[in-house]
Amino acid sequence: MSTETLSLSRAMNEGLRKAMENDPKVLVMGEDVGKLGGVFRVTDGLQKDFGEARVIDTPLAESGIVGTAIGLALRGYRPVCEIQFDGFVFPAFNQITSQLAKMRMRSLGTLELPVVIRIPFGGGIGAVEHHSESPEAYFTHTGGLRVVACSNPSDAYTMIQQAIACPDPVIFFEPKRRYWDKAPVELDLSAAASFESAVVAREGTDVTLLAYGPMVKTCLEAAQADEERSIEVVDIRSLNPLDESTVMDSVRRTGRCVVVHEAPVFNGYGAELAARITEKCFYHLESPVLRVGGFSTPYPPSRLEDHYLPDLDRVLDAVDRTFEW
Amino acid sequence: MTIDAARGAPPSTGAQSPSAPPELVQLLTPEGERVEHPEYDVELTADEIKSLYRDLVIVRRLDQEALALTRQGELGVWASLLGQEAAQIGSGRALRPTDMAFPSYREHGVAWCRDVDPVSVLGLFRGVNHSGWDPREHNFHLYTIVIGSQSLHAAGYAMGIQRDGGDDAAIVYFGDGATSEGDVNESFVWSAAQNAPIVFFCQNNQWAISEPLERQSRIPLYRRAEGFGFPGIRVDGNDVFAVLAVTRKALDNARSGQGPTLIEAFTYRMGAHTTTDDPTRYRLEAELEAWKLKDPIERVKAYLVKNQMADKDFFESIDDEAKTIGSDVRRRCLELPDPEATAIWENVYATDHSLLAGERDQFTSYLGSFEEVTR
Ligand SMILES: Cc1ncc(C[n+]2csc(CCOP(=O)(O)OP(=O)(O)O)c2C)c(N)n1
Ligand SMILES: [Mg+2]
Repeated sequence: MSTETLSLSRAMNEGLRKAMENDPKVLVMGEDVGKLGGVFRVTDGLQKDFGEARVIDTPLAESGIVGTAIGLALRGYRPVCEIQFDGFVFPAFNQITSQLAKMRMRSLGTLELPVVIRIPFGGGIGAVEHHSESPEAYFTHTGGLRVVACSNPSDAYTMIQQAIACPDPVIFFEPKRRYWDKAPVELDLSAAASFESAVVAREGTDVTLLAYGPMVKTCLEAAQADEERSIEVVDIRSLNPLDESTVMDSVRRTGRCVVVHEAPVFNGYGAELAARITEKCFYHLESPVLRVGGFSTPYPPSRLEDHYLPDLDRVLDAVDRTFEW
Repeated sequence: MTIDAARGAPPSTGAQSPSAPPELVQLLTPEGERVEHPEYDVELTADEIKSLYRDLVIVRRLDQEALALTRQGELGVWASLLGQEAAQIGSGRALRPTDMAFPSYREHGVAWCRDVDPVSVLGLFRGVNHSGWDPREHNFHLYTIVIGSQSLHAAGYAMGIQRDGGDDAAIVYFGDGATSEGDVNESFVWSAAQNAPIVFFCQNNQWAISEPLERQSRIPLYRRAEGFGFPGIRVDGNDVFAVLAVTRKALDNARSGQGPTLIEAFTYRMGAHTTTDDPTRYRLEAELEAWKLKDPIERVKAYLVKNQMADKDFFESIDDEAKTIGSDVRRRCLELPDPEATAIWENVYATDHSLLAGERDQFTSYLGSFEEVTR
């Protein structure tokens, strides 16, 4: 076992590097991923070390990035695509949802599409429009895609390698406002949990907070700040498939649950969690599952994003409400 | 892994490097000499030239003010137009008030030509709104950040003009990188098939963030037009006379039923892509130095001086005016009010929307609960 303290961005970089070393078929492609190393430096130095044939500065065309990744995958490669920001994935939406997601089934299982699409997502960085969105539900709603989100450097390092090794397409969400957070990273993958599993990020007995990506840290801080109640935090990690047993075990123990994400609450991923938990844990619940998230509006100008984004207070306010029943 | 050169690399002969210099329309050299072009010319009075000079100086000054505001944390980010003043002023001044312009996010100079208050351009970058002007009032559409999307809007708008009659035209601005997007190519197809009255104004500033034009194209961009069935022309984007002449002609063609034109304004992004970018990671200082010699403002100044159209007092007065406008914009930028929280739910729909009203009311009373505590 060996650990190293890395930022989330650096951990992603090391994970990609490992995957490229281990498998010559792994390619990295996207806008500005070469010399610049990506706008978040996730691919820093990869082109220098692996060459332009394996680290491709693509034309400015997202449909093309995913469409050609599909072609490369059909030819035996394992492309890892970078979409520069969440709001720019939509030009590729057809290729992802109608092509990539369906090809295995349409080919009666003969075709394999090991394509990873990395998307820095979420807000909190004071950016202009289209740079702060949380589009995960569009993809969890599409059969044929695996959808995961990392929340910390260790998971970033591990999960990207697991995603690349996966024979199915994976939409890989990275919490952009946490890119510069540092933490020890376990470099040996042999004992790592499967990237399909949820993990209990903090144990507690009174209420369960369910989160993924950037909101895991927010929930951990909320749990820490609450001196009266013992709050458990579960990092969902894999949105599709969902690790139901970890989630339900936790909720059965605590009897209360709040789901937190940045995406709009209405029709968001939390709706799926709430429905499922209600179905499976009905007799264990002391109160309804509550949801905290963004609003049913376009993402607001950055000077309003602190209102839009769930923070400690909004999470704890919801926790309070679960005790009002 | 390397790519088999014979199969993987573009052919070294035949195809012209996409950024190989011109083939371009130039009417004013970097040294300020007037030159002839067989097809293009502009007749400009001394006052008109001085007015163009004023525009160029003011928009550069406003740009510097915005960069300073960003450094001081008053703007979240800024996309500088430095180096592209002539491309924007030349094309912007070729428009009639009733023509419609569709910008990307860097066209602050065109905004100036459309009488958009520079402060309202800053709102988006300050994060107080997504846009600060009424597009219909100025015939200047919203900034569009998702690369290339606006090109189809312009094509559709031009189809509307066509159906209404009259002789207005639409112009759409996008960058060299944007020419790779599907939407831009679809807008070429649409406009050609519909013979729409539209001008595609591509500012080839040589870079799409860190990617040089070679990543997007094997041929000069203006030559793409031919394949779509309309004329393409490359103009010295740092020559305000030539840009004005070429854009006027393209607009006239659109007005008279001859359909679209692609203008490639050959220019250079003198600054970083935006204030969050670090160009030293990917481009050489020497390139910047070479383009400094082609400055769009200096050549107009040289021309005015050489032809005794303007004296020291004129240049000083323009500098003073630019300074005054700049500090006024700075002051009013700092005074821009932060929006109220309830603005989140405003203008999303035309009429009341129960879901949004519920969210707004709930959030307002949630915020109110803090006031009760602190009171
Ligand atoms: C659809 C989309 N993909 C990616 C981006 C991120 N992005 C912003 S500007 C830019 C480069 C644009 O280059 P170009 O079209 O040449 O315009 P310039 O910025 O040079 O004016 C990129 C990739 C975006 N805004 N929209
Ligand atoms: Mg460009």
